[in-house]
Order: sequence, then structure tokens, then C-alpha cells
Amino acid sequence: MEQQPIISIQNVSMRFNLAKEKHESLKEYFIALAHGGVRFDEFYALKDVSFDIMPGDFYGLIGLNGSGKSTLLKIISGVYKPSQGKVTVRGTIAPLIELGAGFDMDLTARENIYLNGAVLGYTPKYIRSKFDEIVDFSELQDFLDVPLKNYSSGMVARLAFAVATITKPDILIADEILSVGDFLFQQKCEKRMAELMGGGTTVILVSHSIEQIERMCNKAAWLDHGVLRRNGDAGPITAEYRKFQKT
Amino acid sequence: MQYLKTALADGWRYRFLLQNLILRDFRLKYRRSILGVAWSVLNPLLTCLVMYVVFDSIMRGLRGEGIENFAAFLLIGQLLFNFFRESTTMAMESVMHNAPLLRKVYIPKYVFPLEKACFAFINCLFSFVALAIVLVVTWTPVTWGTALLGLYPLAMLFFFSLGIGLFLAALYVFVRDISHMWEVFCTLLVYASAIFYDPRMMDGIFQRIINLNPIYWYITSFRSCVLWGEGLTLNMVLVCFVCAALSMGLGLLVFKKTQDKFVLYM
Repeated sequence: MEQQPIISIQNVSMRFNLAKEKHESLKEYFIALAHGGVRFDEFYALKDVSFDIMPGDFYGLIGLNGSGKSTLLKIISGVYKPSQGKVTVRGTIAPLIELGAGFDMDLTARENIYLNGAVLGYTPKYIRSKFDEIVDFSELQDFLDVPLKNYSSGMVARLAFAVATITKPDILIADEILSVGDFLFQQKCEKRMAELMGGGTTVILVSHSIEQIERMCNKAAWLDHGVLRRNGDAGPITAEYRKFQKT
Repeated sequence: MQYLKTALADGWRYRFLLQNLILRDFRLKYRRSILGVAWSVLNPLLTCLVMYVVFDSIMRGLRGEGIENFAAFLLIGQLLFNFFRESTTMAMESVMHNAPLLRKVYIPKYVFPLEKACFAFINCLFSFVALAIVLVVTWTPVTWGTALLGLYPLAMLFFFSLGIGLFLAALYVFVRDISHMWEVFCTLLVYASAIFYDPRMMDGIFQRIINLNPIYWYITSFRSCVLWGEGLTLNMVLVCFVCAALSMGLGLLVFKKTQDKFVLYM
């Protein structure tokens, strides 16, 4: 029986009006209007991108800065609505796009675990049952009642990663998160992600480290200026991307 | 219909977020304050005292003669108006303030204006302790039957404010001038909402103008229930409901039409 893709991306385009002429006050708007109309510089971050992701895939997204990787992740997780095309997602998503979304720096770690958990859609009961696990993983036992503004950025990242990965989501979206923290913690994160994979989670990973993609992913997609250049098995694509980088 | 269903399911899923955000606001509001939540009572009580002294001595002519129990009259007007101003002002900026969050994860955007309206409403409920104190101190007889009816204008005012809040929050994302305009407009409203005078004692034209102000209707209905023990007239029931429904309709419509574009303007 043919398996249904867990995420299918169909002809997705994303258009931005560049910030050059963003009118934040009426005065600016009317001045611009008087000077020959309100212009928008259009910019396509993604152009007609289509591909499917199957359940259990470990998908790597590669491409230079500004090639549209993060935009694509945000469309998949529902932050952006594509200007054209459609994304169908069959399952729950744990976005690790920018860690610590929803952390309030004035609150303590304990309060933030509940707040951030709620942002990710967990119930308080569920968070309470996983509380010790989160604290253990982030190794912040001694700092639980300290406001987050007094934390180092590595500590914040650890806490954020721990909260985001306590659940077993169907899809895990990770945007260069493994570059935070010291190498010990990075290893721990990779291990946790490998564990999640074992549980049948589909992972989408953005990374600038081509070694990491080669090591962890079985599929890859290469974006270049918003266009999908290639997608498929990771091996040949990373090899070609390496060649492209050298030229 | 399908849209409504998914929106409601979404809202149910994020109810804990709502609860957590309200809790956060409370913690931050009273952090490092010695009296803490007591300020919700003290603040309106003291403000009311100041206004009472001003209108009872210096500007006695302005308040109009013949208002019985001026302290309670004033406090009710002030509490309800403050709820309206606070909830709409906070809701207006709420979506924009949470831009960093909305750019990173998917959350139904209406959660933020809704949260601010709830937060302001709970604050307002706390402040009713101040009203209770004033009613006791001034030995005002309260008819429980009609006082309970006061919940109706209060609930309707909540929806009225929520609708306006949603509308303002959506506009504020695109045009920041709104916050200044709204501040000035609220100052105008203070004088047009019969907080410290009773328009029924004024001449016809003025009375008719005030009658166009929904806030005045909410305040008067509430006074009629709690202070005067007269309950609600049919007009009050209808006006309170229709204004709330119109406001919610406008707010939801504008918010829904524009919300997909929010992230592009933040």
C-alpha cells in the first residue's frame, strides 16, 4: 500500500513586500502617497516549491543564507501563510525554530517551563508529569527559581530544548539549534533527536554544517534563491552541494 | 461553519496558554510590590477619593445637584470606564508586543487581545471590593435581586470591549498612530460617559448626545441595578446587547480578514 506523505508541499510561493517602504504611521503613508504612489518592492523568498516528506524521514534542508530555508520551515509550522500554493500537514509539530519562543525573561525558570509548554500546546498536567525530566535534561536544578534574565544564553537554550522535546511529536522541526551550547550538550541534543527518530518521529533539520546533514539525514532538499534545486536521497545531494560550494 | 469549528477547537487547545498568560501578567504586575493585589482595591478607592473631593468642593457646580450617594455613583462609573480603557488599550498593543513569539511559532493570534480583556476583567472584579467598601461605609441599601442583574451589563461590556480590542489590535499592526488617537479619544470619552454627572439632569440636546455613547449605557445599567435597585429597562437590555454584538462582529471580521498579513508587518 502506498504510504501517504506526512507533509506535502505543493507549489508554494512566498512573497514579501520589502521593508524599504513599510509605512508605520499615517504621515509616512500619505507622504509616500503624495510622492507618486505607494510602491512595494516585491521579493519572492520561495518560488513554486513542491515536495513530499514521508513519515519517518530525516530530512535535511541545505542552501546558502537567504535561500528560503527558514521561510519554508515557518510555512510548514503555520507561522506564515504562503502567498500561493498549499501545505498539508498530517500530524502534530514540535517547532524548534527559534528556541525559547515565549520565554519571559522576567519570570523564573519554573514559571517559564509552564508558559513555554502552554505555547507549545501542552496541558499543565502533562508538564507537571514531565517536570523532573525537563529539569534533569537541562541540568538547571540549582537555578529553578532564578529569573531567566540572569541566565547565560547557553542555559536558556538548554532549557528551551528540554521543554520542546519532552513530547513525542509526529514532526520535529529544527532550525540550526544544535549550534548552541557546549559540545557536551550538543551531543546530548543529537542523542535525544536520534531517540525521537527511533520513536517514529519525522524530523526536518536545517543546518549549515554539511557534515551534520550527511551524518544524520537520509533525505535532503537543496534550496537556491527560493527555488528547489534538488531533492531526494541525502548522499548524492550533499556530494553535489559540496562541489557547488568549492566553485 | 467549518471555519468556526476549527477556530473553536484551536481555542480549546490553547486555553492553557490563555490561563498561563493571565497568570504571567498578574505575577509581573504585582512583583516587588509590598501590598500586591491590594492595589487593585486601593487604587480605585484613592482615585475615587481624589475625584470625590474635587467634584464635591472645588467644582461642585459641574457635578450637578441631587445625585444621591455621589461616592458610589462616581466609583461605579470610574470602575467600568477604567475596565473599558484598560482592556482596549492593552489589547490594542498585545498582538504587536508578542510579535517575537508570533514570528516563531504558530499560535492563534486572537489569544492575545482575548487574554488582555480577561486580565482587565479580573482586575475589575477585584476592584469591586472597593465598591463594596464604599457601599458599606455610606450605608447604601442593596437589593440583592437587582444587584445580581448587574452582571448582565458587566458581561455585555466585556464583549463590547473585546470586540473593540480585536479591532484596534488589528489596526495597530498596520498603523501605529492608532495608539495616540485612541488615547485622546478615551480622554474625550471620560467626559462623555457620565462618570461624574447624571445627564438626566441636563437639557435635551446634551442628553441626546450622551445617549449615543454605548459606555454610558453600560454604566447607567449597572448603576440602575446595583445602586438604585431599579433593575433593567427593556431599552437597557437591548442597547447593551446590540452594541456588544456589533462590536464583536466588527472586531472579529476585521481581525480575521487581516490576521494572515500580521507577520509580514511586524
